[in-house]
Amino acid sequence: MVKVIFFASIREDLGLNETEMAIDGESTVADLVKSLVECHGAKWSEALNRENTLVAVNQTMVDYQHVIHFGDEVAFFPPVTGG
Amino acid sequence: MHIKISVQVAAFDTGDETRELGRVSNQVGAITSFTGLVRDINENAGVSGLFLEHYPGMTEKQIAQIIAEAGERWQVLAVTVIHRVGELLPSEPIVFVGVASLHRGDAFNACEYIIDFLKTRAAFWKKEQSVDGPRWLTTRDSDVETAKAWRSTER
Repeated sequence: MVKVIFFASIREDLGLNETEMAIDGESTVADLVKSLVECHGAKWSEALNRENTLVAVNQTMVDYQHVIHFGDEVAFFPPVTGG
Repeated sequence: MHIKISVQVAAFDTGDETRELGRVSNQVGAITSFTGLVRDINENAGVSGLFLEHYPGMTEKQIAQIIAEAGERWQVLAVTVIHRVGELLPSEPIVFVGVASLHRGDAFNACEYIIDFLKTRAAFWKKEQSVDGPRWLTTRDSDVETAKAWRSTER
């Protein structure tokens, strides 16, 4: 399993702070997104495949080709707007 | 380098923070600071408040990284970054960046560098409450350009 967490507009669009998802060995973030969409439907596809949606694995920014492992923390969020 | 990073709901006192920076070493000859406040006009008119959230753990690591980069570019003795989260009202302070250095040039530059990258690289998100209803803000192109400009001055 991996822990999947959401922030800001993505969290609100999905109506969920976090979830868990089973992954196969050698899965990428893109594979995880595919599994999440299969599990939860089209609304998730829209939010997680937006051009500007960002992803971090274990609190480091990565891209959708990044390989994830059992126990990883994967976070999806929109561009940052602090300061 | 003395580093203080705090992501907090509570307000902060810029005077207290500045005095603390001055006490870190007898070498401190210059302290610069930036304080950001909530405006009542932004992308929407009639802003009545902001809600800010962050990614606990990651946000602090990103701030530490930005401070480390500033420390590589300029001679810096101490840095304090305080960023508030939660519900904020117009004219309340959101963010404080303070830098103590031997000389003013390094202090000014490091302070500006840190706030410029806080805006584009640290995991914070603002939701604005205005007369038009609540709305998540999007990244400003001008902030991205400002941060990019630092890259072209890389040493």
